[in-house]
Amino acid sequence: MDRPFAITLDVGTSRANHTGSWRIERPVYVDRLPPCNDACPAGENIQGWLYHAESGDYESAWRTLVQENPLPAVMGRVCFHPCETACNRVHVDEAVGINAVERFLGDTAIERGWSLPAPGPDTGHTVLVVGAGPAGLSAAYHLRRLGHAVRLVDSSPRLGGMLRYGIPAYRLPRAVLDAEIDRILALGVEVVTSHPVLDIEAEQRACGADAVFLAVGAQLGKRVHIPAGDSTKVVDAVSFLHQVADDDPPLLGRRVVVYGGGDTAMDAARTARRLGATDAVIVYRRNRDKMPAHPEEVEQALGEGVKVRWLSTIDRFEGGRLVLERMRLTPDGLPEPTGEYDELDADALVLALGQDTDLSLLEGAGAVSVSNGVVEVGLQMMTTQPGIFAGGDVAPSDRTATVAIGHGKHAARGIDAYLRGETPASPERHDLASFDRLNTWYYADAPRTQRPELELVRRQTNFEEVVRGLTEDNALFEARRCLSCGNCFECDNCFGVCPDNAVIKLGPGERYAFNYDFCKGCGICASECPCGAIEMVPERI
Amino acid sequence: MSETRVHFYQVGSFAVGNRLLSAGERTVQSDRRRTNSIDSGHRACQGCGEALGARYALDAAMRVTSGQLVAVNATGCLEVFSTPFPETSWQIPWLHSLFGNAPAVATGVAAAMRVKGRDQVRVVGQAGDGGTVDIGFGTLSGMFERNDDVLFICYDNEGYMNTGVQRSAATPPAARTATTDAVGPEPGNPFGQGKDLPRIAMAHGIPYVATATVADLHDLERKVERAMSFHGARYLHVFVPCPLGWGAASNDTIHLARLAKETGIFPVYEAEYGEVTGVTKIRRPAPVTDYLRLQRRYAHLFGHPGRPDVVARLQAMADANIARYGLLATEEDE
Repeated sequence: MDRPFAITLDVGTSRANHTGSWRIERPVYVDRLPPCNDACPAGENIQGWLYHAESGDYESAWRTLVQENPLPAVMGRVCFHPCETACNRVHVDEAVGINAVERFLGDTAIERGWSLPAPGPDTGHTVLVVGAGPAGLSAAYHLRRLGHAVRLVDSSPRLGGMLRYGIPAYRLPRAVLDAEIDRILALGVEVVTSHPVLDIEAEQRACGADAVFLAVGAQLGKRVHIPAGDSTKVVDAVSFLHQVADDDPPLLGRRVVVYGGGDTAMDAARTARRLGATDAVIVYRRNRDKMPAHPEEVEQALGEGVKVRWLSTIDRFEGGRLVLERMRLTPDGLPEPTGEYDELDADALVLALGQDTDLSLLEGAGAVSVSNGVVEVGLQMMTTQPGIFAGGDVAPSDRTATVAIGHGKHAARGIDAYLRGETPASPERHDLASFDRLNTWYYADAPRTQRPELELVRRQTNFEEVVRGLTEDNALFEARRCLSCGNCFECDNCFGVCPDNAVIKLGPGERYAFNYDFCKGCGICASECPCGAIEMVPERI
Repeated sequence: MSETRVHFYQVGSFAVGNRLLSAGERTVQSDRRRTNSIDSGHRACQGCGEALGARYALDAAMRVTSGQLVAVNATGCLEVFSTPFPETSWQIPWLHSLFGNAPAVATGVAAAMRVKGRDQVRVVGQAGDGGTVDIGFGTLSGMFERNDDVLFICYDNEGYMNTGVQRSAATPPAARTATTDAVGPEPGNPFGQGKDLPRIAMAHGIPYVATATVADLHDLERKVERAMSFHGARYLHVFVPCPLGWGAASNDTIHLARLAKETGIFPVYEAEYGEVTGVTKIRRPAPVTDYLRLQRRYAHLFGHPGRPDVVARLQAMADANIARYGLLATEEDE
């Protein structure tokens, strides 16, 4: 009894009092699906790779990226980045320049010679991939990682499909494309070029493949009947761009008219300008709002002096002169003829009215069901004939390279499951990290870093790349604009704002844990979490 | 300064910490080795702003003084919920005497330390708004007047909360408390009364006076650090929302403190020797209704017919604060 005068009890810590028993709701850490990841047709974990890029660890960032997509330098140039459209930062200032950072990572990887993850252990299975465009290349990559042997065949002399023969060099330099294709081939892919496949089943039998991935794309330019005189020159945009890619551009003259309103029309018009056309005019039947081309492409085309005749259709083409009929939009937004006509001088007409697939190679494979010119596929890209999978432009979906890459990946996983005799499992999707779940107070305002563009004058006459990359400084800057929606980025807010010291900080990379002995369930941590990675769930009482 | 902000602007300087910030740019609270001056197991209500404010301020003071700190506490929520005998939540030397004498006791502790030659030991006196602006005011004013070497911190939750939410001289106009019913032509606390203690402290000409909220941790910690760089009487007035007394959701504590600052209801500034030397600008201006509507103590101002005239008077008070302290950011501040 050596206590001070008048003291009869020892002093104890309040930790004896487990205030966690007061709680009616408990906070839990969650990972939500960021809208960028949700929107990416290639299924990239964008928030995941930006997280590494933010700390300047570009190699980890790139390695996370190529888990899903082996062509970042290509996609950093040609992707129409639906991720940025979905980006929550739009509501704060401007979307994060994800595409620009992706390109920076892709270019850095090429520059430093990083190689893709090694192929998986050999499974003894062989897969025939028909078509070496983005879908075929993506499938080949993922199949190799899963340990399957790949035989990649293409009708053209070089690999890349539409990436090489459809996308002009000023948008995608060939050295970049070659570098990323070579990196995939280095995983050990058997390549057969200049080899058109005429009968899919015969081809499969001939090479003894256990499964087939069909990704021949949509190579046939659609045609419409336009009454035209003998001396007029009418070409389709796909062939035109293909010939330019082959260094064998057709002579179109000085006044070139492009008919259509998609991205291919923009590519054709801009390419014509570079080949020396003084007038490159796009004729489109609806207005700018209804144009299917991506706004950036339209903007760049207009910036280079491409003109557009909105609300016009081509009636006939004779003697160096196009006759256009003016249209007007019905209240439903459909164009209807007005009966008024215009004339336009033209040396050549390029038709960019969409593309069809050539599916004649399926004629022998009767069980593969085709409708509306595309192959019907199930969840894992398998056609109605077991063992034959299809993706890219031959499958029903948006026709973009990014979608094709996603198809290639899904098909590879589907083929893997098929070859193992398993049912493919679709991974559980987290709840969406929508904007209302964020506490944006904690994010400082910061405008987006724009990629520099080649001066207009220079880009009209050559095929040099128009949009340049970010420097390391502004790539880092841009990556750090990521809000990390729905995924903890260790800002210490929960650890700091808990009035009861009931959050345990586990250290760098380890995040936090709740001490439920003392957590009273006030919910401040959830309210003050910038990225919405804490959820309050009712206690069972 | 501005360069640093741009460089790490994913969360700028607003969040508690961030893996991308250098250690010097993170708050004391982001440190796993923080003192946790007031530890888990205390009996404050869910979402208590005062428990949070006390830990923020004292942990910062502990870091600045390398742990050479004694805290003297007046009676009030902070004392009651932290020390039901024989338990204590305090992990620092801590002393409680009476409701009204905390500043005088703090003065005594500082004198004792000086007499014993332990000048490195610093003293913090702390109280709620009742113990500061009402009951402890005489001894506090004396402490200021003598310029005793004490940092006195008031955690202002705008009323006597642990005794059942009675009005104090820091209760804002129109707020309903147990002693100011929301009835009659002038419902709630009357206008034109109460004390603006930071300005009264400034009028004493003491070395340092500052206001802060639990919503801006960087600002609060910087002010504690600044205060500890002076000797003599210093005063820090921390705005701490009270979910129970204000009728607010427990998860809104920090949100409310932030709104009080952003609406101009609670001006955040600092002053040295009686002159204002810095104000924290409003970042995202908001009308006072954003702040008032989240609290049941103002519920009688809304609904049908409501009291738009009273709301307008509260807005006028906020506008007067904004004008007096220059709280709106100008182009140059960007």
